[in-house]
Amino acid sequence: MFYREAGDFKTSYSNDSQTFPIKFDRYRYYFVLFVAFAILPFILTDYWAGRILGPFLVFSIAAIGLNILTGYCGQVSLGTGGFMAVGAYSCFKFMTGVDIWYPAVCEGSRILFFWCSGDATYEIWFQLPPLNILLSILMAGVITAAVGVFFGLPSLRIKGFYLAVATLAAQFFLIWLFNSASWFYNFSATGQITAPDTFVFGTQVTGAETKPWALYMICLVFAVGCAWIARNLTRGTVGRTWMAIRDMDIAAEIIGVNPLKAKLTAFAVSSFFIGIAGALLFSVVSGSAEAGDVFGIQTSFQVLFIIIIGGLGSIFGSFAGAAFIVLLPVALRVIGTDLLGWPSDLVEHFQFVIVGGLIIFFLIVEPHGLAQLWRLAKEKLRLWPFPY
Amino acid sequence: MRKKLVTLALTAALAAGPAMADLVFPSLSYRTGPYAAGGIPFADGYADYFTLLNERDGGIGGVPIRVIECETAYNTEKGAECYERTKGEGSLVYQPLSTGITYQLIPKTAADGIPLHTMGYGRTSAANGKVFGNVFNYPANYWDGASIAVKYLLDQNGGDLSGKTIALIYHNSAYGKEPIRTLTDLSEKHGFEFKTIAVDHPGQEQKSQWLQIRRERPDYVLMWGWGVMNQVAIQEAANIRFPMENFIGVWWSGSENDVRPAGAAANGYKSLNMHNVGRDFPVFEDIQKYVVDAGKAAGAGDQVGTVLYNRGLYAAMLAAEAARTAQEIHGEADITPAMMRDGMEALVMTEARMTELGMPNFGPEFSVSCENHGGSGQGKVQQWNASSGQWELVSDWITSDQDVIMPLVMEDSEAFAAENNIEMRCN
Repeated sequence: MFYREAGDFKTSYSNDSQTFPIKFDRYRYYFVLFVAFAILPFILTDYWAGRILGPFLVFSIAAIGLNILTGYCGQVSLGTGGFMAVGAYSCFKFMTGVDIWYPAVCEGSRILFFWCSGDATYEIWFQLPPLNILLSILMAGVITAAVGVFFGLPSLRIKGFYLAVATLAAQFFLIWLFNSASWFYNFSATGQITAPDTFVFGTQVTGAETKPWALYMICLVFAVGCAWIARNLTRGTVGRTWMAIRDMDIAAEIIGVNPLKAKLTAFAVSSFFIGIAGALLFSVVSGSAEAGDVFGIQTSFQVLFIIIIGGLGSIFGSFAGAAFIVLLPVALRVIGTDLLGWPSDLVEHFQFVIVGGLIIFFLIVEPHGLAQLWRLAKEKLRLWPFPY
Repeated sequence: MRKKLVTLALTAALAAGPAMADLVFPSLSYRTGPYAAGGIPFADGYADYFTLLNERDGGIGGVPIRVIECETAYNTEKGAECYERTKGEGSLVYQPLSTGITYQLIPKTAADGIPLHTMGYGRTSAANGKVFGNVFNYPANYWDGASIAVKYLLDQNGGDLSGKTIALIYHNSAYGKEPIRTLTDLSEKHGFEFKTIAVDHPGQEQKSQWLQIRRERPDYVLMWGWGVMNQVAIQEAANIRFPMENFIGVWWSGSENDVRPAGAAANGYKSLNMHNVGRDFPVFEDIQKYVVDAGKAAGAGDQVGTVLYNRGLYAAMLAAEAARTAQEIHGEADITPAMMRDGMEALVMTEARMTELGMPNFGPEFSVSCENHGGSGQGKVQQWNASSGQWELVSDWITSDQDVIMPLVMEDSEAFAAENNIEMRCN
């Protein structure tokens, strides 16, 4: 009755091609934004901001990134955790000032300027001043995009499972690199990276004294920005070439889509988002990180589950899937431990069972994910109350 | 109507918060995942000691104790989540039993004013109380452990280690990397060659590492392992016929669960310890009577007297003693986290007090001060006897080499203070 196209006249092309053509949808979208920006920041606690909404928004960004690659361009990737680690570590380096070393004293022959064959004493050759946190996060995205393009090169030759294995190699290589090359963690004794206190317009956004609303707002701004960019990219020329490649790459090539450009832009844009997610997760949400612990293979699978449950090739699905994966364990624990009083290990084991079961359930009953359920609901609502 | 009733019941259940005065000790345990073999006995010991105090003495100073258990699976994210979730309950002290979680919690607990006790793990330089106001790592830390192991080896070799090779096989994480600095310095001081071999989480696959050990034939192997990594390492050491008496683990690599899977081949394996082993202490009679026989034991109740159970017990005892000290200092029974911190800083463990608690000679004697949050830095060496199925102590208390450790602690903690603009305390 209220949810319908009829009577909502479009008088210009830009009106006609807007994201939410139905008035009700549009207002709902404004309402969600209003609640997210103007109401939630005032009522957040530490726990809600740092442990529920923060991770939800960060994983939404990562899922949007993976969705561009897998959902829109059809390239399977298991390297999400590794790319998030690239984002986190480059954000850390930019936040603390990138330092470049060279062998000042070299016993042995100097093969290249930066390479000494014998024992060498290293000195700092050049140090970048610490960048602002927002700039660091964006730069982390750019660096990750470059790394993503590099690891995306095999996709021009191999497809499907083979590509998945190639990206899996990227995952393990990157984690190994961040664990063993001490330059990445500023030579700290433990191999952990810790975000220094940083400020945006005088408000602290990283470090222990961060107010919950500040943490939340940073994540929200990036999440909304990324979703907006992703939505507009995917319905334009670039997105259409991605989808053409996904649906049938040979046919796409015949009608003039350049597979090199399409696949590599997909890897670049996808990694950019994933890098931003990794940077936010490290700097704003957790405050410190260790490559193998936070960005291991289980993170790659977590993001993959998010887009499978949420729905491949859907921006809304990325948010829905992230909400599902982040909120479900919390909800199960509240029910199990707080309401039923079960021992904590039993609840933890039940979580494995229930999350696993639900993933199988979704794959069988609704392979297109939560986004498809949402689409069906809208379809039904359009006809309501006179379905035919 | 039915819906309304359910909603009412839900709100009632959620609203029924803690009304009575109680002392809250959160237990960030891990009974799941690849580290559960270490997490379960520790969590059981920690919970059982508090149950004993509740049942026998009615709590500490007449105030009952409430233990909140939260599952972390040894994962830093989950650990930090547990912290955020339980800190509002009036939690007095956090003992996360994970170095990764400790690093996450150090800035958070400083901001919230809740003390953190990392007994024999965590950030070693937290021993400097001038910088780390609310982090404690008494009675001993990793660098003490590294030094104790080297001192023990010196003792075995008539005071000379020059020309020997010592390899460190370590968990490739913040935990395993901690002793490398100290061991490097010690190798320069004593003239032995030092090699590091990393094992990635969780450590189920160590063939290549032990192949390397077999090829390079180090005289001694030290291990900084945890969870499933320990069992695999001991099995692999047995497979390459590495002499077990030359293989020494840190105190986190020396429980029954680590050596039993290798059977008789594990005989002679050594590890450090920071407290006594076995259950020949009067306190265990009370635990049997008030906790186990009463059916109130935590977990399955089958861990009583194992090495890590004793460690959990010891950690709980130190926490309870600190709470008692805090009650005495402030003259108040229902203490706050800030008072608890004062109690931890004024903690004195004497032989007389341990005997009074039914744990004579259980741990070292030590006292905590404003400057020194690290205790005495003493440890013992224990050896596994596979035929009797028991750990036997083979050394007395060994004190670590403070000449090497103190400069490192100062350097690291002062760097931390400069990085985070922390003013020195205790002036």
